[in-house]
Amino acid sequence: MITARSLLDDAWYERYRRISALNIRSSIYDVTDRCNLRCKGCFFFSSGEHQVAKQEPDVDEWKGFIEREKERGVNLAILIGGEPTLYLDRVAAFYERLPTFCATNGQIKVPRERFPDMMVGISLWGTPDDEKQLRGKDTFAVSAANYTGDPYTYYLLTITPTQIGRVEETVRRIRDIGVKVHFQLLSNDEGADGFSWDDTQLTELRHEMDDLLERYRDTVISSRYYHEIVTTGRMLGRCFGWEECPSVSEPVDDRSPQPKRLIHFIRWASDLHTIHRCCTSATRDCATCKDGAAHMSWVMVNKRAHMRSTEDFQHWIEVYEMFAKLYRFIPW
Amino acid sequence: MSNATDLELKIAEILIRETRLEDATAETFDPDVDLIEEVGLDSMDLTTVVLVLQDEFKIQIPEDEYPKLTTVRKIAAYVQAQLRT
Repeated sequence: MITARSLLDDAWYERYRRISALNIRSSIYDVTDRCNLRCKGCFFFSSGEHQVAKQEPDVDEWKGFIEREKERGVNLAILIGGEPTLYLDRVAAFYERLPTFCATNGQIKVPRERFPDMMVGISLWGTPDDEKQLRGKDTFAVSAANYTGDPYTYYLLTITPTQIGRVEETVRRIRDIGVKVHFQLLSNDEGADGFSWDDTQLTELRHEMDDLLERYRDTVISSRYYHEIVTTGRMLGRCFGWEECPSVSEPVDDRSPQPKRLIHFIRWASDLHTIHRCCTSATRDCATCKDGAAHMSWVMVNKRAHMRSTEDFQHWIEVYEMFAKLYRFIPW
Repeated sequence: MSNATDLELKIAEILIRETRLEDATAETFDPDVDLIEEVGLDSMDLTTVVLVLQDEFKIQIPEDEYPKLTTVRKIAAYVQAQLRT
């Protein structure tokens, strides 16, 4: 019978052992329904999620809720929004109780004296021109000033079709301020002109990301297999979509047969009662969803399926390592 | 499956069937191999197996016991203990 030991040499087995014990149980929390930007393509606003629930204002209610989440087995809180840094007391309530990742647009600095090692992921949507077109301003100038050299921060670069062939420019800017970068692809929820993908563009981008990973190894946190999965939407001959997605909130997951999924995963609205369908917009077409975390998780929950060959299993390990680095379970 | 008891063989059969371990047989299944770390199963797989074991042996296995059931031999020992009570 195939086992991990039978597939891996000593070096790879050691890498595998380092991550196999992590047993990450994440959930996602809308900290607020407000934001200090309004970006085209932000699913939170385009799908009306900011209106489905009224945010809980009492921080003591948040503290009690987080304690219950811990009891439910959650060991990684992923904070999204709206913009979480608008409500730092709520962020602190998580940070004081759980390993916490905070997604932000970087326009408000997370005070490091209060959150010394909290992982921060700054959203960036490309070059200054792209940012102005999609977000109304070039956010990088402010976020770079706030986070230059921060060892617990990385940029989550959302790549659009207009950036193909020009991604290096942005990677270089990020490298020059001493911060890491991870790639994901825009899902064009609002149908903005020129921002939908075709197959040729996805293939070009895959090669470009592979090349950048090779040439900027100290800056880019990624893996070639992740690039393949997120650009093709295919894994081990299977297609990403509703039947396969691992990031559906567990209490509302009535799929049959049940696919491999994130155990106990829920995405909570900021009223602390409403449960969103999944990690992204319920109005999104799952067949064309490009959500990077969902694709990463798709790989991660399918471990045994990747144990059909040494190469496949090594791909699985690389993606798991990438996830563990992005959420600081292992060092860069 | 060296030094395996009949109970361990039965559990290995259930495990292989329920988790579709197509490259394994009950007779050759190492009862001490770690099901999560080495075989690559996950908690969803183990939950599926536990539900079948509960039906098969008419026992109850509380969820907080699942993390301890990491090998066929440990599962068999647990089932054996439950059958005695």
